[in-house]
Amino acid sequence: MNIDTRSVNGVTILDIHGKITMGEGSRGIRDKVRETLEGGDKNIILNLGDVSYIDSAGIGELVSSYTTVTNQGGQLKLLHLTDKIEQLLAITKLTTVFDFFDDEATAVGSFS
Amino acid sequence: MNDEVREDNQSQTGELEISFGSHLGYLDLIQELSEKISLMAGFDEDSRFWIGLSLRESVVNAVQHGNKLDEKKKVGIRFESLSDRLIIYVQDEGEGFEETDVPDALDPENLLKPSGRGIFYVRSFMDEVCYKILPEGGCEMRMEKRLNQEKQGDGNEH
Repeated sequence: MNIDTRSVNGVTILDIHGKITMGEGSRGIRDKVRETLEGGDKNIILNLGDVSYIDSAGIGELVSSYTTVTNQGGQLKLLHLTDKIEQLLAITKLTTVFDFFDDEATAVGSFS
Repeated sequence: MNDEVREDNQSQTGELEISFGSHLGYLDLIQELSEKISLMAGFDEDSRFWIGLSLRESVVNAVQHGNKLDEKKKVGIRFESLSDRLIIYVQDEGEGFEETDVPDALDPENLLKPSGRGIFYVRSFMDEVCYKILPEGGCEMRMEKRLNQEKQGDGNEH
């Protein structure tokens, strides 16, 4: 897994590529989110469109990132869920927790 | 694999058993094996994905919670491919657990916990899941996915 960071209209977008799984360094997301918060940016989007695979540890990583950001007074939203990620979130009722979007401009605009 | 090809060449039956030291580094390899075996058994892409995920989650459970990451302790996997279903057994050398002790992943108190969803996913995506403590020691999870001929592919897709 690797993560690219960019900023759009004051929102930090983390583009995640590859697998978010146990043993694939899934903690990288949490670390990158912490780094973003420490830099003073509290509005964060995780772009999951290029995630090739995720397991329960990866879902846990998304949850952990969400609670970290929320506890710091920020907001974390998801962009471009794959079908499988959406099913894994839905079946564990996490679609009621996360805000998620199919369109980047709408996702960015939702923070203002 | 001790296999037997059906006359219609729709799916392949047989058994395969592997055993390995408790290490999470084998997960991708095991998942590839699951993909191949479920393809040979005739499952469509969606089902193969969920079977692979379920196996992955049960192996993580066996390595982490059963064998407590002790590489000297083995995890065993047995695939039994029948004409109408695939049965997978995952065995560890742990003390086992009570199903009632597994926290409910859907309980509002647990929704935002970072872990505790693996076994829930296995139960959700496989048709039957059960556990037993083995008389010789260790714990075995048995999971079964039935092949729905109307919905599944011909086992030859790529």
